Amino acid sequence: MMTFSLSFNGTEHRRPSRLGRVLEDRLPYLIVAPAILVLLLVGLFPLIYSLIVSFQRITMTDNDTSFAGLLNYAELFRDTRLWASLGHTAIITAIALPLELLIGFLMAQLFIDRMPGRQLFVALLVLPTVISPIVAGATWRLLFDVRFGPIGEILSFFAGEPIRILWTVNPAYVYPAIIICEVWQWSPFMFLLLLAALSNVDQSQLEAAEIDGASYLRVLRAIILPAIAPVIAVACLIRGLDLVRIFDIIWALTEGGPGSMTETISLYTYVQGFSQFETSYTAAISFLVIALLTLITTLVLKRMEIAR
Amino acid sequence: MRLMKLPTRKGRVLVLRYIGAGVVTLLFLFPVYWLFMISFKTPDEIYHVPPLWMPGQIQFSNYYVLFKDGDVMAILNSLIVAGVSSAIAIILGTLCAYSLARFGTGGENLAMWIISQRMIPPIAVVFPIFLIYVYFGLVDGYFGLIVLYTAFNLPYVIWMMRGYIVDVPLELEESALVDGLNRWQVIWKVVFPMVRPGLMATSVFTFVFAWNDFLFALVLTRTEVITFPVMLTHYFGGQSNFWAKIAAMSVLGTLPIFVAVTVMQRYLVRGISLGAVKG
Repeated sequence: MMTFSLSFNGTEHRRPSRLGRVLEDRLPYLIVAPAILVLLLVGLFPLIYSLIVSFQRITMTDNDTSFAGLLNYAELFRDTRLWASLGHTAIITAIALPLELLIGFLMAQLFIDRMPGRQLFVALLVLPTVISPIVAGATWRLLFDVRFGPIGEILSFFAGEPIRILWTVNPAYVYPAIIICEVWQWSPFMFLLLLAALSNVDQSQLEAAEIDGASYLRVLRAIILPAIAPVIAVACLIRGLDLVRIFDIIWALTEGGPGSMTETISLYTYVQGFSQFETSYTAAISFLVIALLTLITTLVLKRMEIAR
Repeated sequence: MRLMKLPTRKGRVLVLRYIGAGVVTLLFLFPVYWLFMISFKTPDEIYHVPPLWMPGQIQFSNYYVLFKDGDVMAILNSLIVAGVSSAIAIILGTLCAYSLARFGTGGENLAMWIISQRMIPPIAVVFPIFLIYVYFGLVDGYFGLIVLYTAFNLPYVIWMMRGYIVDVPLELEESALVDGLNRWQVIWKVVFPMVRPGLMATSVFTFVFAWNDFLFALVLTRTEVITFPVMLTHYFGGQSNFWAKIAAMSVLGTLPIFVAVTVMQRYLVRGISLGAVKG
């Protein structure tokens, strides 16, 4: 660790003013303070406020701030729509995450060796990941449209007969629709991370394995996967947390419908808070969500520790 | 497939890889192409059955309508909110990161607390924030959104910049201090130029995060300061020709990001992975 006295070594001719000295001595704390202040104000304060609200009885029609004990939290267990929304979230995450990882990995394998024009391909493939999720959702709603969307047309071409699917309305197809959109937007994210990870794999090991005539699958299992495991873990953590709070894409594609079939936990929380105005209850749901996410993060991080 | 580089097959493998690359790129860019094309189509062409792969002629009336109706204000609002909040987050965050990286202020605990702030799902805080904002009259104004996006981006900036600053050789700073520069001058004249590429990349991503936010903007805007993603959802279920507006608005709203990310291409990987992979 550096000491501040360093700054005064050999500087007798330019001694800073008293204010300057105070500013410099306290500098480590001085420059941390504004950021921490903003985080406390916008991050922590609402959480504490929300915690208090979750123990009260506030609704749209009734600003009843009396202490409700664990009433709101007990209500969570009886709320079937809440558990259904958690189920929907789990389904989407459980299918989309491995798919994104797999497709991202295959894409990375395709582009791992240098070839002319590779940079251009990579630049183009990044596009889905950086556009707004709401634009992604809107775009796929447009593509899936049963009458003038191109997907029906393309499927009909390959099937040789007219195929007309009500993607966002038909219960059988609404999850595939969401997952296709989700996978389209985020596989490139996995691709970028895995491409970087794969190019850091020890070349001499790969060459040695090649000379030994090892099969690709064996090399994958023995060399490549262990080498990129930490990156896979981080990528899954980042994407996993994002998927658990999925909101935008579903809002644009299905708005939670048909019925509440694709209502995820974020959508349900939104409905409770901003359509039903169940203020205190929404606060309780928020803490359930935070608890779940903390649990997932801790578990994943634990596993990563073990892997290391 | 790195391992199949046998000389006799080399050329054939390369051809196959280009075909694969082409197919993959086509698949992933087709939705963008479609959106782009819709934005140039007339209503008749948009609602044509079967769908038309190309507009008859490139016409800009869908864009013109957005300008005429003042809908582009949403883009302007997004630019203001995302731009200002990114600038503030970058300044506050980089200073904070310097302190964490060089003085270890607050130790690992503070660093972990900061990054854990990023893990909190927006949906969990948006409701209490909404209540607080209503109380202070901050709903539907620039200030409220800017504060929120600044806070939202700070953990990211701090975490990224800490990584970049740690990579700056300590000796450079020490010799500058010996030469009589004070700490502020060291930060400005020695550290800043060294981390500038990282700073640029981080700025781009803070901008993109703020730009893409939908949930906060949906809850905290009404009529005055609607941002571009919220504007898009206002078209859904609208009267007649809403796809034309959605497409044109989407293209306008994606343009700034496209430009920023293309310029920052080299730093993409580290930017999106919270510094997990040094790309």
